[in-house]
Amino acid sequence: MLEIIVVAFLAVGIFFMFVGAVGLLRFPDFYTRLHATGKCDTLGEALIIAGLLIYHLFHYPQTPLVCVKLLFLIIFIFITNPTATYALMRSAYKTGVKPWKLGDERQ
Amino acid sequence: MSEERDVIIETVSRLMIPFIQLFALYVIIHGAGGPGGGFQGGVIFGSSFVLFIIAFGITAARKKVSERVNTALSALGVSIYAGVGLLCIIFSLGVAQYLNYGYLPLPVHFEERRALGMDFVEIGIGITVMAIVTSIFFDLAWKEEDEGGEE
Repeated sequence: MLEIIVVAFLAVGIFFMFVGAVGLLRFPDFYTRLHATGKCDTLGEALIIAGLLIYHLFHYPQTPLVCVKLLFLIIFIFITNPTATYALMRSAYKTGVKPWKLGDERQ
Repeated sequence: MSEERDVIIETVSRLMIPFIQLFALYVIIHGAGGPGGGFQGGVIFGSSFVLFIIAFGITAARKKVSERVNTALSALGVSIYAGVGLLCIIFSLGVAQYLNYGYLPLPVHFEERRALGMDFVEIGIGITVMAIVTSIFFDLAWKEEDEGGEE
């Protein structure tokens, strides 16, 4: 039962990372690529770490400090990853990167 | 690097910088018994100042971390690093084991003194690396700043 839950977490996390990678490769310009990776990577990494956390919590209960560290990782990824995406977007807009319009070339 | 400010980046930086510095101290102290050490912890501590410079602008950061303090800190770290070894030489006269921190004049057990000496050396390395990383970033960023200014 525990293995099923952990594998489900990992599989959904890997699915989100895969979707983010596909978006990074297939989308036409900078803004849409960042749109794909910014959200998918945050959720995918968080789900993968959550799966590892559950696995560690039930298989190695003698070292609960590792679980706390993993929880901190999730929290900090959720704070910093969207902020980094936002900062990249903003600096690209300020330096004059033009958004893609329908019919344009891929950048 | 422009001086315009952004409330989201500033707020998140203000939130994250204490945690980064706490993590740097953790890495420095756990360098003896786990992955990490003085150099890595110092780089993490310096990167928190780099984040401050990026978020708040270089003139605001110069007020917090002045050049004199930075230079003094880099010298202080090297002095700690060398001074621990020098103290070992002085207090182990006749034995002359300058890397054996057990001869440090501390009121604790011999093995405990050894571990504490290692931590002192790591702290010295950490302070120096932190000051040097910060000053390198200041020098790199400052050149772009005063284009057409004085000098």
